[in-house]
Amino acid sequence: MPLLKLNDDRLLPAFDEPLQEVSLDDWRANPQAHASATALVVSNDASLDDIEKDIDGFASIILNFPSFTDGRAYSQARLLRERIGYTGEIRARGDVLTDQIFFMSRCGIDAFEMDDILVMQDALRVFSFAYQVAADAVDPVWQRRGQCAAAA
Amino acid sequence: MYRYDEFDATLVKERVDQFRNQVERRLSGALTEEQFKPLRLMNGLYLQLHAYMLRVAIPYGSLSSKQMRKLAHIARNYDKGYGHFTTRQNLQFNWPALVDVPDILDELAEVEMHAIQTSGNCIRNVTSDQYGGAAADEVADPRPYGEMIRQWSTFHPEFSFLPRKFKIAITASDNDRAAVRVHDIGLRLHKNDVGKVGFEVIVGGGLGRTPYVGHTIRSFLPEENLLSYLEAVLRVYNLSGRRDNKYKARIKILLNAEGPEEFARLVEAEWAQIKDNGIDLLRAEISRIQNYFAPPPFEKLAVESVEMNEQRAVDGDFDRWLRVNTVAHKISGYAIVNVSLKAIGGIPGDITDAQMEAVADIAERYSHDEIRATHEQNLVLPHVKKGDLYIVYKRLKAACLDTANIGLVSDIIACPGLDYCALANTRSIPIAQRISERFANLGLQEELGELKIKISGCINACGHHHVGHIGILGVDKKGEEFYQVTLGGSGGADASIGEIAGRGLSSNEVVDAVEKLVAFYRHAKIPNERFLDTYRRIGAEPFKEALYAAA
Ligand code: SF4
Repeated sequence: MPLLKLNDDRLLPAFDEPLQEVSLDDWRANPQAHASATALVVSNDASLDDIEKDIDGFASIILNFPSFTDGRAYSQARLLRERIGYTGEIRARGDVLTDQIFFMSRCGIDAFEMDDILVMQDALRVFSFAYQVAADAVDPVWQRRGQCAAAA
Repeated sequence: MYRYDEFDATLVKERVDQFRNQVERRLSGALTEEQFKPLRLMNGLYLQLHAYMLRVAIPYGSLSSKQMRKLAHIARNYDKGYGHFTTRQNLQFNWPALVDVPDILDELAEVEMHAIQTSGNCIRNVTSDQYGGAAADEVADPRPYGEMIRQWSTFHPEFSFLPRKFKIAITASDNDRAAVRVHDIGLRLHKNDVGKVGFEVIVGGGLGRTPYVGHTIRSFLPEENLLSYLEAVLRVYNLSGRRDNKYKARIKILLNAEGPEEFARLVEAEWAQIKDNGIDLLRAEISRIQNYFAPPPFEKLAVESVEMNEQRAVDGDFDRWLRVNTVAHKISGYAIVNVSLKAIGGIPGDITDAQMEAVADIAERYSHDEIRATHEQNLVLPHVKKGDLYIVYKRLKAACLDTANIGLVSDIIACPGLDYCALANTRSIPIAQRISERFANLGLQEELGELKIKISGCINACGHHHVGHIGILGVDKKGEEFYQVTLGGSGGADASIGEIAGRGLSSNEVVDAVEKLVAFYRHAKIPNERFLDTYRRIGAEPFKEALYAAA
């Protein structure tokens, strides 16, 4: 599956690095057997409550979008970034469409498995501003308003 | 009223540009209808029985005259000369051509309006108590909170693909005017023991196939924590709400599966982790938004208008209209005017372009340029001087907008039904029209008092039949249109779900059935008792007997 990665605010096609994947359940059942795994696959109904101790050392966490209408992994991505503090790659797999990249990247996802990697760069920038804080570094509109007022 | 700044304006403009590009791709064939569907649904564009339907958001039901004139302009130039106000304080255009929709959205953007999040499984346009800033009984103005929620929920990256649609409503007084107990989240503004403003948070109410009255999961939420708390509720729902069955996907099902206490515990645990993450607005931004809703320059007036009292003494129709359609204002010498969109025999919620222009003109001149839409499909002129009421009444009358029936038997809520809706079992509008005609006499209606009839054309319950004092639900019985009557529902502070009265009725029988129920009520009531209270006092049985007794 072709892969796009977010790099310095640009979406770039990435070489498909061979990842050795293991599901969260398999990993928990027998970590020794999967000592060489590099990517943790988390299903979108998995609880992330005690995942801190599991994620150490994985280069990538793969989240699932079985259909584009199933938005559970948006919350999972934010929890990984904002609560658990995971800094490695978070990859979206499944029904990943151009029109969702904006939302996904705001939630902290930075790699996208997509059929069609001829994605326009503007997929990232459909909107110039955001009203709310999320997992990215974007200042919400209301903070910028505050800054304008302070500068004035 | 809120005014867009450069940020708000840019976001709406960018959304129109994005959609224009998507429509072009659809029209050129680059997108199939299947691929286009989720995109158009994010922009309030539905495919109905006969045509596309565009649903325009009226955030928290608040409109200026300029905005109303723009809606009239769109109705005239892109539609068949009318629009339809819905139970969610939105306005629907029933006949736009797909190719025109981006232009319509551009026109709307010129007056700070849009169709964002009026459909799809996202946080929908927030609804509110329609008397914000005007009602004598309000705790605080609900509109600033509506605006905060509008901004926070717009293009929310985490909550744009929820298990199902999500509806939030706010009411500003103990007299619930926003049906907060039958929304996914209902917010009731109130003050705590030390006079601080906050919300009672009610979750898991809803109508549809499985109606529920919501549960209070927090009795007092300080106003400054509103957004982080909403985010906690939405996160719990997004992660745990069912997605395997669309009829079990609303938050009400999750809350009832977990139990209200456990659900509240989950929300509180999530909130504890995020409440200090910078989700909530800073005080300065809350004040900035509140300042937009500062009261208009009210005049100092006597409580009573001598002039008005003389006019009502000689014009009985005006007198009745005053009694039925106006409400106490918090400022001395002012009144709140309800404008009924339920003309006798008319289509509930429909309004012509000329009527929109008339309302805009009257509001500009006599109501500080403000108009509200209500969830009962009527309009409101929130700030009218008592001395101007007669001229306002006469001008409304000239536009056929003077029906004195607010809250009465002919103030019927009806969903679009089989006349427009692809999901319908039955027609709703003609039933509403015939009931309204049957009770045409306004004097009799006033004597009957508050009586809420609500009609849905199928179990999706867009006409809120579950919370009608008398509810009517269209069912399909072997290809024939049948109607089931429910009794004793209420969407108010005393919310309850109506009970099914008995076997289904034909479209001919159902109008007679309402008449029988009303006749029985008149016979059974004690003085000053509403239909609903009589029903609650004596129970369902006598009403059922009256309804099904052999003629
Ligand atoms: S209640 Fe049913 S018929 Fe009426 S508008 Fe909703 S979906 Fe359509």
